[in-house]
Amino acid sequence: MLKDITLGQYFPGDTPVHRLDPRTKLILTVVYIAALFTAKGVVSYVLMFAALAGSVWLAKIQLKALFKGLKPVLIIIVLTALLNLFLTDGDPIFQWKFIKITVQGVRTAIFMVIRIVMLIAGTLLLTYTTSPIALTDGLETLMRPLKKIRVPVHELAMMMSIALRFIPALIEETDKIMSAQKARGAEFDTGNLIQKAKAMLPLLVPLFISAFRRADELATAMECRCYHGDEGRTRMKQLVMARRDYIAFAAGAAVLAAVITLAVFGL
Amino acid sequence: MEPVIRTENLSHVYSAGTPFQLTALNEVNFEAHEGEFLAIIGHTGSGKSTLIQHLNALIKPTSGAVYLDGQDINATKESVRAARFQVGLVFQYPEYQLFEETVYKDIAFGPGNMKLSTAEIDERVREAADFSGLSEELLEKSPFELSGGQKRRAAIAGVIAMRPRVLILDEPMAGLDPGGCREIMANIRRYHREKNATVIMVTHDMSQAARTADRLVVMHKGTIAMTGTPAQVFSRSEALTGMGLDLPDVTKIALRLRERGLDVDPSSYTIQQLRDEILRLKGGEARA
Repeated sequence: MLKDITLGQYFPGDTPVHRLDPRTKLILTVVYIAALFTAKGVVSYVLMFAALAGSVWLAKIQLKALFKGLKPVLIIIVLTALLNLFLTDGDPIFQWKFIKITVQGVRTAIFMVIRIVMLIAGTLLLTYTTSPIALTDGLETLMRPLKKIRVPVHELAMMMSIALRFIPALIEETDKIMSAQKARGAEFDTGNLIQKAKAMLPLLVPLFISAFRRADELATAMECRCYHGDEGRTRMKQLVMARRDYIAFAAGAAVLAAVITLAVFGL
Repeated sequence: MEPVIRTENLSHVYSAGTPFQLTALNEVNFEAHEGEFLAIIGHTGSGKSTLIQHLNALIKPTSGAVYLDGQDINATKESVRAARFQVGLVFQYPEYQLFEETVYKDIAFGPGNMKLSTAEIDERVREAADFSGLSEELLEKSPFELSGGQKRRAAIAGVIAMRPRVLILDEPMAGLDPGGCREIMANIRRYHREKNATVIMVTHDMSQAARTADRLVVMHKGTIAMTGTPAQVFSRSEALTGMGLDLPDVTKIALRLRERGLDVDPSSYTIQQLRDEILRLKGGEARA
């Protein structure tokens, strides 16, 4: 049940995409998103789709997993499609009272849906092939320049990795407490909204207490190992760019350049 | 005699159809009789926890069924609820589930869910507190002010207050000091005796299991590998160690004595038994 949350899940693997440096993947994802928003015509979309499909194939990600990840945003996709379909001005092809569908509306709706689906699929590819720890490491390194303007980059990254690390533990804890209270006759899924909210109390109180306890224990454990923040801290795993990263950058740059060129010609 | 609770070809598969698929229980036929004190022993991952959570319908079987007094507990919503109240389950480290402002209110949570009258709830809370060895003045304290052992007792009282006919405890002594263990064990035994309740205790501690249980159930890889009286089970020490399980301290001593040529009964598991065995071999009479 609770364990089935997919959004942002990491699927371990050993493919060229998995082996890429997290920084490369982060930058390429940004490039991909930029290209996606520059793309105007059918030709550029076909190119973008080819790039996405190629990467998915290289990463050996099952289509089932991608669709599962898209499910949570289904409502947004449908809503966008409907809004664009009905609210775009242009040449009407269907009209009934105040409802009007235009050629431009159909066109925009289709493009918007494709754009959102490809956007989510691209970012899912990043989280599916990059472990959360690698991702935060990559983010921290990429954002290091921001330290000059006093952004606490290291602290933010550390908070993020700790949060990510504890999500599975908290989910498991929630499951356990729920079972224990159910064993005492608690019901979490019956009654009206107020009763349901009240029924959450026996779950939330122990959960918060245990979260605070964990945080406290972790802080002590970190201090015992002399954690003192960023200053002078070295890494066990140094991020190193390899040849495959440069190849990936070249491919990314080529796609972006092609899409920009196509956009100039309106394709 | 019809057992109070029994399972029939009970199987459970976690995350079926995914790469994480795991068969936790495989065709398990388990039964517990009225007034029996059972100990379930087994290695981590042997399916003990999955089995006990089936007994009060917290987990639905993948196949097979669980019967309470001959009725399938998963038949209707009502039967599930009835099972929750008749089969009390105390999880491992139950003190982490305490949530109310006072110990009294926390113990009253279960009976409150049973929709009992205030007077009835009050009676049950006081009885449960007595069974768990919690003094009157502790009832008005916040559960978070109690010591570790007191918290554990308060949590167990929360289940006992439902007056379950079958009381299941998952490692009730884990993480307590020896004094705390003894007290909790004595309290569980008293509940067993005075209410003629069926008690099922999951434990890692073989000496504990040997001392307290009428019957042992040994789980291994999702099946019941052995069941019988402690003497029957501990006489098969090789099979037990083969499953990665420990033996009671006394049995270990008996086996070592045999290795050295002393013909003591290898299934001895209490100090009393071993003492008698040694005296028998020495041909002497007990002096003390």
